Amino acid sequence: MAAQIVSSWGNVLPVEHAVFQLRSRHDVFPDISEVESVLPYGNGRSYGDSCLNVGAAVLSTRSLDHFISFDPQSGVLACESGVLLADILRLVVPQGWFVPVSPGTWFVTVGGAIANDVHGKNHHVAGTFTRHVRRFELLRSDGTRRICAPEENAEWFAATAGGLGLTGAITWAEIQLRRIGGPLMDVETIRYGNLDQFMQLSAESDGLFEYIVAWVDCQGRGKHLGRGVLQRANHSDAPLTAAPRPSRRLSVPFTPPFSFVNPASLRIMNTALYRGQFANRRRRIERFESFFYPLDNILQWNRLYGPRGFYQYQCVIPSEPAQEATRALLRTIGSSGQGSFLAVLKLFGDVSSPGMLSFPRAGLTLAIDFPNRGARLQQLFRELDAIVRANGGRLYPAKDGRMPGDLFRSGYPRWREFSNYIDPRCSSTFWRRVMADT
Amino acid sequence: MRKMLIVGATSAIAEAVARICAERGDAFVLVGRRADVLGSTAADLRVRGAKAAHALAMDASDLASHEQMLAKTEELLGGLDTVLIAYGTLSDQAACQKSPELTVAELQNNGVSVVALLTRIAERFAARRAGTIAVISSVAGDRGRASNYVYGSAKALVSAFLSGLRQRLQKDGVSVITIKPGFVDTPMTANFRKGLLWAKPQRVATGIVRAIDRSASVVYLPAFWRPIMLIIRLIPEGVFRRIKL
Repeated sequence: MAAQIVSSWGNVLPVEHAVFQLRSRHDVFPDISEVESVLPYGNGRSYGDSCLNVGAAVLSTRSLDHFISFDPQSGVLACESGVLLADILRLVVPQGWFVPVSPGTWFVTVGGAIANDVHGKNHHVAGTFTRHVRRFELLRSDGTRRICAPEENAEWFAATAGGLGLTGAITWAEIQLRRIGGPLMDVETIRYGNLDQFMQLSAESDGLFEYIVAWVDCQGRGKHLGRGVLQRANHSDAPLTAAPRPSRRLSVPFTPPFSFVNPASLRIMNTALYRGQFANRRRRIERFESFFYPLDNILQWNRLYGPRGFYQYQCVIPSEPAQEATRALLRTIGSSGQGSFLAVLKLFGDVSSPGMLSFPRAGLTLAIDFPNRGARLQQLFRELDAIVRANGGRLYPAKDGRMPGDLFRSGYPRWREFSNYIDPRCSSTFWRRVMADT
Repeated sequence: MRKMLIVGATSAIAEAVARICAERGDAFVLVGRRADVLGSTAADLRVRGAKAAHALAMDASDLASHEQMLAKTEELLGGLDTVLIAYGTLSDQAACQKSPELTVAELQNNGVSVVALLTRIAERFAARRAGTIAVISSVAGDRGRASNYVYGSAKALVSAFLSGLRQRLQKDGVSVITIKPGFVDTPMTANFRKGLLWAKPQRVATGIVRAIDRSASVVYLPAFWRPIMLIIRLIPEGVFRRIKL
């Protein structure tokens, strides 16, 4: 055990934790008798406090980074839970396979992808990550090991998928990959003028494109409300030479003393992003890295938000009131003058999510980063919460560092059932926070 | 394709080296103490592209097992051309000071057993007039320091031995590479506070593979340790004994 600063991607709360290591998937659960509780910790890409356990300990799974087997015929990959999606892609893309579902960064671990039941730009066809997990092993603090699959220990599978690490440590998993013709993407980028146009474009793209996502200008007002740029794409089997060379990777070497994201830079960037292309429509072939992971090209980009860090607000509003509610959210954000150029809109499909606490459900999801500006931001969040609550929506725990307990519980009605599966020695700052008022 | 023996294969640095080499299609015999952990490392290397990866559970400080280890390796790989010796324990200096038995055991494991193993490997490679021997020593072997001189003196033995061996095998075309990592962020050093001087095992591993490929003699990893250690070696003993390092 060692004491180390552990932080999440949002960097709001970098705090010293006791750190235990799981060095091998064959290791026994470490002796944690000296600490209050422990939380499995992968690569720390959750934004808020769902990957933190302040005042107690984390159990690092990053040494569990071994592949176990890969069958290039069937595309079934087994690996330990600390393997990054980036490692998987590096291995399997040249052999004609791709991860079935990917979030916006490839620096997440497989364990983290399961524990947050992550989704991607292909949610409308593929659903969440755990839908493609054939089985995994769950190691509990009492030393027991369970193989969990949709048809074996199914209740443990459902609790652990999206279970935020609270049900124990995932040691390895077996995933069904998706066949691809090559590393390139056929991407169409379309500028749209408002939310109605977004809905229309999304609907007509639905059956034709595997990946659909929109960047939204969170400062668009009035008839421009919700305007942005929609990207829709499919894997391409064009030869590698059809795409430009990947650009050099940059890194933010240190945290600047203030946030580079502020009202002035926001206005300039948003206008530039919206006006960034001359034509309303553009189609091109690009490498999968630049399509899926544009931000990963700037390592530690989270530092640009300065020493106070940032929050992301990601909600989903069920289909029926989705459009009106999202308009209300965008109006509220727009008039607050807060926000950032990282604002994303996506229409989730009606593919069901396997986890008791899985976030995705049919409806419209909006995700926006906000530089941490203290009380003013918290006030805005409360206004947004009211809209989400009134429309039967919910927030994404992986992104959250502040949602009130009642909003969590109304958004995730299976929380009581879930809590039966929590490992008695596991806890997190997030979980204590949303349970504090029960 | 290299036919590579890695002794201490579950160490973070050795494993990072093996992964780089696996992607190039090399074949491995992995030696270490824990059969289950070695087995998962071997499977991992095969998935990453290794031509072959065999696990051989063995305690390298057991000198009597060395001959068998080498014979078995050559049998499994159909030959052997590259050896990486990467095992070792970070001695608990304070505990060693109170226990001559522990001190001797640490010297035995980190120093003497390596020298014994090298002697056998050198004979084989000299007879064949080919081969590469890379050994992970340490910057700690460059000068004894109060904070870890037991570990340091074991590594000093290894470094000095390698220097002589390199001279001797020069004419036989056998490369002997001394690798001197500085502070590396591995499970062995999990309890240390990490500062600017700390490197990731992947960075050190990249340096080791480069050193093997170009048959280097002595490499400091990362390279900034060379000037640092030069200065530390140049400090007169009269001054050195008064400073805390």
